[in-house]
Amino acid sequence: MLIFEHSRSGRRAQAQAPASAADTADIPEQLLRRDRPLLPEVSELQAVRHYTQLSQKNFSIDTQFYPLGSCTMKYNPRACNTLAMLPGFLSSHPFAPESLGQGFLACLYELQEMLKEVTGMTAVSLTPAAGAQGEFAGVAMIRAYHEARGDGERREILVPDAAHGTNPATATMCGYTVREIPTDRQGDVDLAVLKESVGPHTAGIMLTNPSTLGVFERNIQEIAAVVHQAGGLLYYDGANLNAILGKVRPGDMGFDVIHMNLHKTFSTPHGGGGPGAGPVGVGRRLDPFLPVPVVGYNGDEYYWIDETVRPQSIGRLSAFMGNAGVLMRAYVYARMLGREGMQRVAEFATLNANYLMARLTAAGFDVAFPQRRATHEFIVTLKRQQKEQGVTAMDFAKRLLDYNIHAPTTYFPQLVPECLLIEPTETESKEDLDAFVEAMVKIQQEAETAPERLKEAPHSRPVRRLDEVRAAKQLDLVWSGPVG
Amino acid sequence: MSNIPADLKYAKTHEWARLNDDGSITVGISDNAQEQLGDMVYIEVPDVGKLVAAAQPCAVVESVKAASDVYAPVAGEIVEVNGNLVESPETVNQDAYGEGWMFRLRPSDPGELEELMDADAYESFLESESH
Repeated sequence: MLIFEHSRSGRRAQAQAPASAADTADIPEQLLRRDRPLLPEVSELQAVRHYTQLSQKNFSIDTQFYPLGSCTMKYNPRACNTLAMLPGFLSSHPFAPESLGQGFLACLYELQEMLKEVTGMTAVSLTPAAGAQGEFAGVAMIRAYHEARGDGERREILVPDAAHGTNPATATMCGYTVREIPTDRQGDVDLAVLKESVGPHTAGIMLTNPSTLGVFERNIQEIAAVVHQAGGLLYYDGANLNAILGKVRPGDMGFDVIHMNLHKTFSTPHGGGGPGAGPVGVGRRLDPFLPVPVVGYNGDEYYWIDETVRPQSIGRLSAFMGNAGVLMRAYVYARMLGREGMQRVAEFATLNANYLMARLTAAGFDVAFPQRRATHEFIVTLKRQQKEQGVTAMDFAKRLLDYNIHAPTTYFPQLVPECLLIEPTETESKEDLDAFVEAMVKIQQEAETAPERLKEAPHSRPVRRLDEVRAAKQLDLVWSGPVG
Repeated sequence: MSNIPADLKYAKTHEWARLNDDGSITVGISDNAQEQLGDMVYIEVPDVGKLVAAAQPCAVVESVKAASDVYAPVAGEIVEVNGNLVESPETVNQDAYGEGWMFRLRPSDPGELEELMDADAYESFLESESH
C-alpha cells in the first residue's frame, strides 16, 4: 500500500507541523504558492506505521546473508556512520572559510593519502559523486591526456567481454568507440586478440581485476606492456578492489587510472541512488588532468587546490567537492582498519569465497572455473540442472529467498550460462556460509523431487514471482490516483 | 536442442541470414540466442538506408536478463526493418526465424554470405561454446 492511499483530505500530523511553524508572514507575497502541494495527508501515527512496515519488508544485509556477486554487499560498521555524523562534521558548510574547516579538510587529505597508498597511485581526487562519475572522470582524463599530446587519432577503447556493462557505456559517453576483447577458456583476457587489436587508434583499455568471472587476470603485466607499447593507457575499474585490498596494488600492475566504489570497498551506504562517492586515482601521466578540487597540505594547514593551480584539470564534477559526508564514512572505516586490517579484508573475503566454492563443489555443484582459485567471488553454473531438471538460475535465486538468503547475482557475467555469481564478503561467519551451502543442497534436492517448488518460488515473501517483462515494459513509478 | 533451420546461414554472434530471391538478405537472431536471452522487453532496429559493415552492431535487443547488440552478418545497406518488433518484442521469442526477423539488407558483396556458417557448422559451434 502506498502512503497516498492512506491520505484523507485535511488530515494533519500536528506534532510534526505546529501552527506557529506555518507562519508565512515574512515571506514575500510573490514567492508564496497559490495551489496546494500534491502531498499525502496522514496522521503522524499513520506515517510511522507505514514506514515501519515498509522497513520490515526490507531484505537487507542487516537482516539476511546477501551474497550478491560483483556488488560487495558487506556489513558497514555502525561506527562509520556515527562518527561521520558528529556535529562538527555535519554542520560544516562548503562555503565556510578553510580556516574554520581544518578538521574536515585534514580527514579528506588523509583519505586521499590512504587511497593513494592502498592503490599504488600517485594522486587521488575525491570529488566524483559516484562510481559512474568516477568512471567518467577516468576516461575523460585519458582523453585529455591524448589530446594534450596532439594525439587525437586515438578513438578506440578496448573492453574485455567480462567487463562490467558500465565500462562500454562510459567509453561511449566520452566519445570513444568500443572494441570488445574476448576471454580465453581459463578466464583470462585473450592475449592474441589483444595484440591484434591494439594500434595507433587505441586510447586505452578498461579492465576489472579480478574480473567479473571471479578470477585474477594473470597476464596483467603483459597486457599493460602491450597496451602501453601501443600508446594506450590502462583503466582499472575498482568494482572488485575488495579482493586485493592491501595485497596487490593496481598502480604496481601498470594501471594509469582507477576509480574506487567506496560503497563496495570502504563501507559507505550502498545503493538506493543515494549520495555516493567514486574517487579517482592516477599515475604520473594523468596527474595534471585530475578533477578539482583536491585537498592540499603545506605542513601547516590544509587547503583546496583548484583550476588556478591545476590548469590542465578536466574540471569540476559537482558544485562543491563531492559528497563529503560519504567520504567521511570511508575515512573512518579506513582509519579503523589500518594497514593490516585492510589486508585482512582481502584475505577473509577471498577465504570465504574459496570456502564456499569448495563446499559447493563437494556438494555436487558445477563451478565455472574449477581449475582456478576464486578471488572474492566465484561462479556456479546451473546449466546441467536446467537440462536435467528444467530449473534455471532464476528459479534457484527465487527459492533462496524462501530460505532467508538474498539471491546471488544471476545471469551476469553473460559469458557463463545459467550462472550465479556468489560473493560472500569478509564479514560473514562460518555458520552463515554453511547455512548457505545447506540451503543450496536442499534446493538441489527439491529440483530433483519437486521442481515446481522452485518454479513457483518465492512462497514466503510479501510478493510472489514478479512479471519482469511487464515491470520493464510498463514501468509505473508515479502515483496517479487522487491526492488528499 | 534448439531449432537450427538448414536453409539459413549463421554468424558466430548468433544472427541468422536468409538469402531472398531478389538478392537481399533477411537477418534475425537464432532460436538459441533468444532462448539464452530470455523474454524480450525492448528491440531497437536500425534506420532504413543505413550502411553497415560486416560485424558492425546495428540493432539492440534487451531482455529481462541482458541488453545485447545484434551485428550485421554481412556488409550492406539496410533496406527494410521489422517495425512490429518495437511494439511486440516478444515476437522474437515466439518465432525467431519467421515473424521475429529484424532487418533486411542489400549486401555490398554477395559472396560474403558464403563465409558464414551453415546449420551443421553452427550446431557444432554451439556445442563447442557450451563446454
